[in-house]
Amino acid sequence: MKSNLLPAIKLTLVSLVFFMGIYTLVVYGIAQLAPNKGKGFIIVHKDKTYYSNIGQAFTDDMYFNSRPSAVGYNAAGSGGSNKGPSNPDYLKEVQARIDTFLVHNPGVSKSEIPSDLVTASGSGLDPNISLQAAKVQVKRIAKIRHISEERLIQLIDEQTEKPLLGLFGTEKINVLKLNIALDDLK
Amino acid sequence: MNTEISGILLMYALVIAFAIPLGRYIGKIFNYEHTWLDSIFDPLDKLFFKLSGIDPNEEMNWKQHLIALLTINLVWFIVAMLVLTNMSWLPLNPDGNPSMSGDLAFNTAVSFVTNTNLQHYSGESGLSYLGQLILMLWQFISAGTGIAICAVVFVAMKERTANTLGNFYSFFVRSCTRILLPIAFVVAILLAFNGMPMTFEGKDTMVTLQGDTVEVSRGPVAGFVAIKQLGTNGGGFYGPNSAHPLENPSYFTNIIENCSIFLIPIAMIFAMGYVLKRKKLAFTIYGVMTLGFLLLLVPSIVSEMNGNPAITDLAIAQPMGSMEGKEVRFGPAASANWAVYTTVTSNGSVNAMHDSMTPLTGMFAMLGMMINSFYGGVGVGFLNFYIFIILAVFISGLMVGRTPEFLGKKIEAKEMKIAMIIALLHPLLILTSTAISSYLYASNPTEYAGWLANPGYHGFSEMLYEFTSSSANNGSGFEGLGDNTPFWNIACGLVMLMARYLPIIGPVAIAGILASKKYIPESNGTLKTDTPTFGLMVFAVIALVAALAFFPALTLGPIAEYFSMI
Repeated sequence: MKSNLLPAIKLTLVSLVFFMGIYTLVVYGIAQLAPNKGKGFIIVHKDKTYYSNIGQAFTDDMYFNSRPSAVGYNAAGSGGSNKGPSNPDYLKEVQARIDTFLVHNPGVSKSEIPSDLVTASGSGLDPNISLQAAKVQVKRIAKIRHISEERLIQLIDEQTEKPLLGLFGTEKINVLKLNIALDDLK
Repeated sequence: MNTEISGILLMYALVIAFAIPLGRYIGKIFNYEHTWLDSIFDPLDKLFFKLSGIDPNEEMNWKQHLIALLTINLVWFIVAMLVLTNMSWLPLNPDGNPSMSGDLAFNTAVSFVTNTNLQHYSGESGLSYLGQLILMLWQFISAGTGIAICAVVFVAMKERTANTLGNFYSFFVRSCTRILLPIAFVVAILLAFNGMPMTFEGKDTMVTLQGDTVEVSRGPVAGFVAIKQLGTNGGGFYGPNSAHPLENPSYFTNIIENCSIFLIPIAMIFAMGYVLKRKKLAFTIYGVMTLGFLLLLVPSIVSEMNGNPAITDLAIAQPMGSMEGKEVRFGPAASANWAVYTTVTSNGSVNAMHDSMTPLTGMFAMLGMMINSFYGGVGVGFLNFYIFIILAVFISGLMVGRTPEFLGKKIEAKEMKIAMIIALLHPLLILTSTAISSYLYASNPTEYAGWLANPGYHGFSEMLYEFTSSSANNGSGFEGLGDNTPFWNIACGLVMLMARYLPIIGPVAIAGILASKKYIPESNGTLKTDTPTFGLMVFAVIALVAALAFFPALTLGPIAEYFSMI
């Protein structure tokens, strides 16, 4: 063990300089060429800057609402609810969200609400909702904003992000982009 | 076809397409053959050895290999403890995060040095960037340790009688520089150009469209995530790991990260075939592992896509499936897919919260960790599988009345004893520690109320999962568990230590002892180990050990929850 100790310490230091230092700096250097200098993708709209991948809380009835979040969409932290599928308190919470949704969206029946709209995401920062989750909110927004439902459906279609190459993964809506487009309609 | 399913097929196809040539490349590295990257890495490795004062040509026997491994791992543990308990005043701390408490630092240091990456902290608030980077260093070198020691076992399995098995430091440095570094580099760049931050700036403030003010945590994420996925490490930069939109921004990055989990573990099997010139044996092992993997994968995907039956009872639609704890950009299929990938290898990163998955998916994730050798962690996955091979050789030898031999070496009482101890260690660690924690909780539910986020069977599953994950050196969790307490930090730390080093010592000892035995050439009387029949035998041994050891515990947790919900 003794004869191994000194080489072990030296090898650790060399590895530290190389893998922690040089590797990181080279990746960092190349990332400066990436969009927004490797600080994450952003959207600039009316002089305000948003992170396009970080979901935002949209609770106002005049916007397409985002999913519930265990951390209130504050990206200083992140996390899911970690509620188990059979937890009675959790199921009561989901029931309460469904009831709230029905109050805010008269004319919508329960069976039209997709589960992603009443369940919290893993990160608490999910930027997306499903297509159904957007469409089920059309009636409410049309009424508040005095825009025709057809125009809103068209807007959702424009904002739908297809699966990768049209073949792989889910279809989804970026709630932030959809709401920005919604604000720009007038 | 359903685009969620086609995405999953694509991921596995990509893994195999890259793993086969990579296996050949790794085999060449272990054999010290010429590769096209030599012109870069020969001088680099020389520099490593010169600065460290190591002679890479010095031959070691199996005991010397283990001493070298354990010594350097001890050094890493001490350095990790020092950094983690002093982060607050060290540089690279733009967010002013605090140092870790002693027990949390112990848990974290053990966790990263043992390639587990169990995290009882949340990266945004629990670590400075220096802390993140030092953990990234362990992600490289703990993975390098696993690959290096696996190379030693490959060398020991060669057809000859030998007492020395190469040089540990040489295998270690080659594994880090020639295997992990180039792949991590390519993956890191791909990720950085697809929306993952790589910056040293601290938190940013953003006013949302609706007018709320929030902060956004950033950091040198891309470099970290690449090696986290490749080295079966799994420790996330952010709390929710690869569910976080900056740690896994899109379905495209999800494909890269998900495939990275399997790349080296599968390539190692083909590397073995190359080193030993036994392609057929490699394919037999690959076949057994793949069979086991698929048996866990398919029902998990079906279960998540069918949705949570309790949510179905609330009469809303579940067009995608179970969505609690999942991200819309991945969907339930890709989340279940990742959950199985990450648990059959000892990776432990997640792209959805396992605690919120349907009971059966949770069970298959646990089973993957309980068996821990359907591909398994980089290097160590093969060592676990090696133990099952030895057991299967012995049992089949007894069944057909032949002397048990593996690759021309007689397996005798001493090797069998070691193999049995190692095979039983994993259930022993998981079940006794879960029993202790359950006893504590049951004896004083008010004092320990903060432990469990969910009542009943699911609460038991949270504890069982935590210790299974620790003992499998996996690192994922049912994160509802309130695990940053001295009890969980120390108990999980001790389990991780024993579960990392004993299953390395055992197989290396067996392989070392066998290597020094007389080589008996194959004859008609030899039990063939590269046939489907023997593959099935190994599978039966694995199924028996896992079923007998873990079925009762699983019955109390996920199985009971499943039946309570239908």
